[in-house]
Amino acid sequence: MDRKARDAQWSVWMRAAIAGDESAYHKLLSELSQVLRGVVRRGFSGIGVPRDDVEDVVQDVLLAIHLKRHTWDHAMPLGPWVSAIARNKMIDDLRRRGRRPEVSVDLTEFDIEGEDQQAAIDAHDLDRVLDGLSEKNRDIVRSISIDGHSARDVAERLGMTEVAVRVALHRSLKALAETYQEKKL
Amino acid sequence: MRTEDLIKAIAADAKSIEPPVARTLAAAVGVGTLIAALALYGTFGIRDNFMELIVSSPRFIFKFILTLSVAIPAFVLVRDLARPDFKPGRHLWWLALAPVVLAVGVTCELISLPADAWEANMVGHNAVFCLIVIPLLSLAPLAAVLYALHRGAPTHPVIAGAMGGLLSAGIAATVYAAHCPDDSPLFLAAWYTIGIVVITGLGALLGPRVLRW
Repeated sequence: MDRKARDAQWSVWMRAAIAGDESAYHKLLSELSQVLRGVVRRGFSGIGVPRDDVEDVVQDVLLAIHLKRHTWDHAMPLGPWVSAIARNKMIDDLRRRGRRPEVSVDLTEFDIEGEDQQAAIDAHDLDRVLDGLSEKNRDIVRSISIDGHSARDVAERLGMTEVAVRVALHRSLKALAETYQEKKL
Repeated sequence: MRTEDLIKAIAADAKSIEPPVARTLAAAVGVGTLIAALALYGTFGIRDNFMELIVSSPRFIFKFILTLSVAIPAFVLVRDLARPDFKPGRHLWWLALAPVVLAVGVTCELISLPADAWEANMVGHNAVFCLIVIPLLSLAPLAAVLYALHRGAPTHPVIAGAMGGLLSAGIAATVYAAHCPDDSPLFLAAWYTIGIVVITGLGALLGPRVLRW
């Protein structure tokens, strides 16, 4: 698929996601994570950043995309907006490592890699925070992410309303995003 | 946690989205303006003959044209800087509006007043009060605007902070203008500018500290 069409597809998915379409959102995030992995790996090449750390940054960018998607202008293509988020997060990460924060990010440079084994590799930062969540919130996040249950199923099992489960999930994702903020101090 | 698992969790949270950042900013400006106005008008009031001045005094009206020429471009820039993919670059030219408006006002004033009245008009009646009050009135709007920016995703924290400061000072100056007994553009050029520059600088200092995300 050519890049312009790909970007247009991303924008369509994001608009659907903002309207509440979880499966469009899943498709978008999966594809973006693959592209981002290449971008981060290349941006950090020659710096000697371990593979797991690359995945940490990818996850940080995905969380930022999620929590900041209200800043995307629907009239604009999604790609440059994602690039700007990724660039900002990579600069932050390099700064923490005491490197000169010079990163060029252009999603159009990267094609999706055929293999995507890295998605199965653990990134460790999030596990640390996951442990810091309340037992119930950790249970909710694990059930939805690792076990792939729906919010409604989790609500039924825990005797909660679906809305309460969604609120807990949202708060937990915010807490996960904040781990990276703490690392900046 | 594996990335594919994180994606599942994020996708399940699709419905929770914050209001557009422009709306948050507009609310912040509303709240900040209200607090500044209540603080000033509740204690020192506005000019006695406000209604008369607003229809009959070009100098009085010009004060608001000037302060709004500061606040409005700053508002637009802050709104755009809240987006990560905004490149300030050439848009910063909008900031030239206020200096141009001021230069026109000062020129007209110098032409219409005899030279021996220039100094008295520039010194005015309450320069010290003006110097203190504009920065003070800026603080509530500044806090509100920085909060709104923080909800966004600014990638130029120094510029975004500075523009937040400029917007806040523009709001404070607009509020203050209704109280201020000095109407000469010469007074505005000498004193209003100082408070506005100070708060813009404060915003630039605060930006990198409070606008991380």
